[in-house]
Amino acid sequence: MAFRPETAKPLNELVDVLLRGPHTLTQAERELIATYVSAQNECRYCQTIHGAIAAHHLRGNEDLVVKVKTDPEQAPISDKLKALLVIARKTAESGKAVTPDDIARARERGATDLEIHDSVLIAAVFCMCNRYVDGLATWAPEDPDFYRQRAAIVARNGYAASTIQGPS
Amino acid sequence: MPHISLPEGLPGITSGFAFRPETAKPMRELAEVLLRGANTLTSGEREMIATLVSDRNACHFCQASHRAAAAHHLGGNYELVDAVTRDFQSAPVSPKLRALMAIAAKVQEGGRQVAASDIERARAAGATDVEIHDAVLIAAAFCMFNRYVDGLATFTPHDEQAYDQMGQRMASEGYVRRNA
Repeated sequence: MAFRPETAKPLNELVDVLLRGPHTLTQAERELIATYVSAQNECRYCQTIHGAIAAHHLRGNEDLVVKVKTDPEQAPISDKLKALLVIARKTAESGKAVTPDDIARARERGATDLEIHDSVLIAAVFCMCNRYVDGLATWAPEDPDFYRQRAAIVARNGYAASTIQGPS
Repeated sequence: MPHISLPEGLPGITSGFAFRPETAKPMRELAEVLLRGANTLTSGEREMIATLVSDRNACHFCQASHRAAAAHHLGGNYELVDAVTRDFQSAPVSPKLRALMAIAAKVQEGGRQVAASDIERARAAGATDVEIHDAVLIAAAFCMFNRYVDGLATFTPHDEQAYDQMGQRMASEGYVRRNA
């Protein structure tokens, strides 16, 4: 991101709107979708940082984040979020994998068109971010405290304001 | 039929953009910077990378529209664009672009597929770090755009003439337009 500020700007703006903008889904729910997709794509950096941000919004409940990553159907989350996570997982496989039945199930459980739209787009965006991070083989620290500290900064200031600036 | 109530009469991604202008703005800006911004790769080369990735993701709307945009940047040379999607290794493009396309094709499969040897080959063929970065990010961005278009089951035109006109507009006016 610091390497190419011209592309970092729209990328950060997109993630800020999707994960932090005004919404009927909580920030924790949207971060859980981002974390789940990043785990499906096996992107260590993204699943760890977004998992830490989700946990931050959940008052430190890292256990719930692990449950969502490993088996969302059994996790203590709403039925609506479970249905949105199915749509997100299928979007990550291929957009064409999302079926009218998946959408109908989300609707039955109270999901709005905007919530369905944003679940698809969050999943699509993380299919980009995961490939960007791993395609460049970027550095991902091992220390979980690095992610917890960074999560607190992002949760407070947002993505655009938290980008680590490179030499200018 | 689209999965959600998208504005009618708008093809592909434009219906999603009209439904959610807040996310459309940075998505359009990203496409503009990556495909039309100042770069040592030509817009034709970058649109061919976008077309290749969209083709491999089997996203007809993105493939057909960016194929046309690439062709318009290349003086109408659809043949070259089609040669790239058929088999970029044997297509008459520069060795540098071929190496960048190999990186993009790996990113399409998954970011971790890119090997150090892929990067070395691109460098040996003269690619700069920005060119390698942008090849990765164009491929990654189209893994997003393609999934967005198909994940919402947006309306896909099947009239080739419509794509030719769309591509001409994308090539000449770009992705960030007034009233669009």
